Amino acid sequence: MTPLFLTQFTATSCLGTGLQPLRAALSSARSGLAPCRFEDVELDTWIGAVADIDEQPLPQIWSPFECRNNRLAFLGLGQDDFRAGVASCLSRLGAHRVGLFMGTSTSGVLQTELAYRRRDPGSGALPADFNYAGTHNTFSSANFIRQLLGIQGPAAVVSTACSSSAKAFGAAQRMIELGIIDAAVVGGVDSLCLTTLYGFHSLQLTAPRPCRPFAADRAGISIGEAAAFVLLEKSAPRAATSAIALLGVGESNDGYHLSAPHPEGLGARLAMESALSAAGLDAADVGYVNLHGTGTTSNDSAECAAVTRVFGMDLPCSSTKGATGHTLGAAVALEAVICALALQDQLLPGGANTSLVDPALQLNYLTQSQPGSITNAVSNSFGFGGTNCSLAFGKLA
Amino acid sequence: MNDIAAKELVAYVTGIGVRGPGLVDWPQTEAVLCARQPYQRGETLLPAPETLPPTERRRTGRAVRLAFATGLEAARQSGADPAQLPVVFASSGGDGDNCHEICQTLASANRALSPTRFHNSVHNAPAGYWSIAAGTQVQSTTICAYDASFAAGLLEALTQVAVCGVTTALIAYDIDYPPPLRAARAVPAAFGLALILRANPQPNALALLRVRLDTGTASRLGHHELETLRATIPAAEGLVLLEAIAMRRATTVNIAYLEPQTLRVTVTPCA
Repeated sequence: MTPLFLTQFTATSCLGTGLQPLRAALSSARSGLAPCRFEDVELDTWIGAVADIDEQPLPQIWSPFECRNNRLAFLGLGQDDFRAGVASCLSRLGAHRVGLFMGTSTSGVLQTELAYRRRDPGSGALPADFNYAGTHNTFSSANFIRQLLGIQGPAAVVSTACSSSAKAFGAAQRMIELGIIDAAVVGGVDSLCLTTLYGFHSLQLTAPRPCRPFAADRAGISIGEAAAFVLLEKSAPRAATSAIALLGVGESNDGYHLSAPHPEGLGARLAMESALSAAGLDAADVGYVNLHGTGTTSNDSAECAAVTRVFGMDLPCSSTKGATGHTLGAAVALEAVICALALQDQLLPGGANTSLVDPALQLNYLTQSQPGSITNAVSNSFGFGGTNCSLAFGKLA
Repeated sequence: MNDIAAKELVAYVTGIGVRGPGLVDWPQTEAVLCARQPYQRGETLLPAPETLPPTERRRTGRAVRLAFATGLEAARQSGADPAQLPVVFASSGGDGDNCHEICQTLASANRALSPTRFHNSVHNAPAGYWSIAAGTQVQSTTICAYDASFAAGLLEALTQVAVCGVTTALIAYDIDYPPPLRAARAVPAAFGLALILRANPQPNALALLRVRLDTGTASRLGHHELETLRATIPAAEGLVLLEAIAMRRATTVNIAYLEPQTLRVTVTPCA
């Protein structure tokens, strides 16, 4: 495929709002996870919550979209001059030449979960202030962002669990490749809700302590939330010091199980191989892999098998979910930004919380952040339903 | 929007699947659309997905059954092997029954969810079951654009056909929410529609589609009762396309997309 430049990007997670705190945390492998104090949830687990969302309602004109997920999107879009960058792109290319492709898993379903506690005792009706389209619906964040940014090109939400925002890159890339649009805002936004907290708990996949991807004593995931956005363009930014580009997208299915990965990571391997092939890269060209690395026993062992099969045992890799938590549908948008920072700063991020790597997982897992000379990086994501997607990014001179 | 209009996406339809209230398959729906047969509204009949292993089959709800019924009918008609078929699933709301059960549990004193309920809650659950049934690693995706979900799905499937050159399925489906969500999202019935789209002509092709973004007025159906379905169920927006194919004459229709956009589709019958 033709490389597409990341002319603007930003990310907000439990590590902080915007790129600056993310950079700082990555350089020291700091974790933003904390014991779960979300709503009235009583689960023995840690989460990656974004501070201050509760105190930051949307501006009045956007009140139909008022919910945690859209607040998070609004907060995230407000960082790193992202909105100004999009506005300039829209005026340069025309609003109808720019698309919007978002990934989310649970959208604003929290709003519905809370509304179900306020049902009319007689009729069972939901409260009158409940707005399904603006909050709960899977498309609500894209609808909101499209109007907020003034984008008039094609738009869709990809909702394939934990690979959602990775596959949003694929949808955008195809449209740009065909010349239907010239640029796209691609992103992910997923926020804490009861469905995922109690749901992953029901599968015994939530860790009682901060998640420790690839550690011998890993005990599951820590759920996080994030909003991350990238402006993808055909042309390089004018005053670019170092241009980061999306080079390849690889998608596959496991065809194995709804909520467990293929034990040898068959689908995962196919996704990585096809991303490399689309990028025209050999495995040896890649300097860092940002692993899906959820911290569950089964994901990490299956992913290890797949990664070593494709890249061998020496390639530096890590999961940043020990720092951010698993931000589900937003995970790859966030981790794409992390890959972009790794390429820009020539930094290999260490995996927070993991001190002792599982000896059964024979790969070069970084527990400390370190400088590194890398030209290309790969980001992995594997979701419920057996959906896999890998992205290849590169630093172009 | 003239510069957009120049970009045309092209595909041959080689298979169609339909399920809706009073609609059991494509041949019957075609007869209703052509007024060769009267329309009798009834329940949307949803068979258990026969291609799934029994353990998985038991876990499926209406959304998965609807996606399977339409997808399998279309694949069979086109002769496409599901194991080789990328699929674009498009749904405006996913599995509303399952979502209702989860929200009820989470609002109760005992919030313990069933693991099956939880893994069925992902928007891509039908895609997951489909890939298990087909035993395939071929990619699929699942998208949503609220009321514009059919057009968004069609656009996604057409771009996959154009970029990858591979025969691709679109499975658009919606099920109605139970109360109390039904009052907030009034989809009246379950409706699904599947198309098999190919880059190249084939003897069994039904129609050639030429699609571009436009800003026209969305077309309506000539058939009064089916027009009611189109106007109230996002996936049924695709009936506009099916009516054009059923009439077997060259025509152009506008499919509602994100306002002010529409998809302008020129339909040319094959053979």
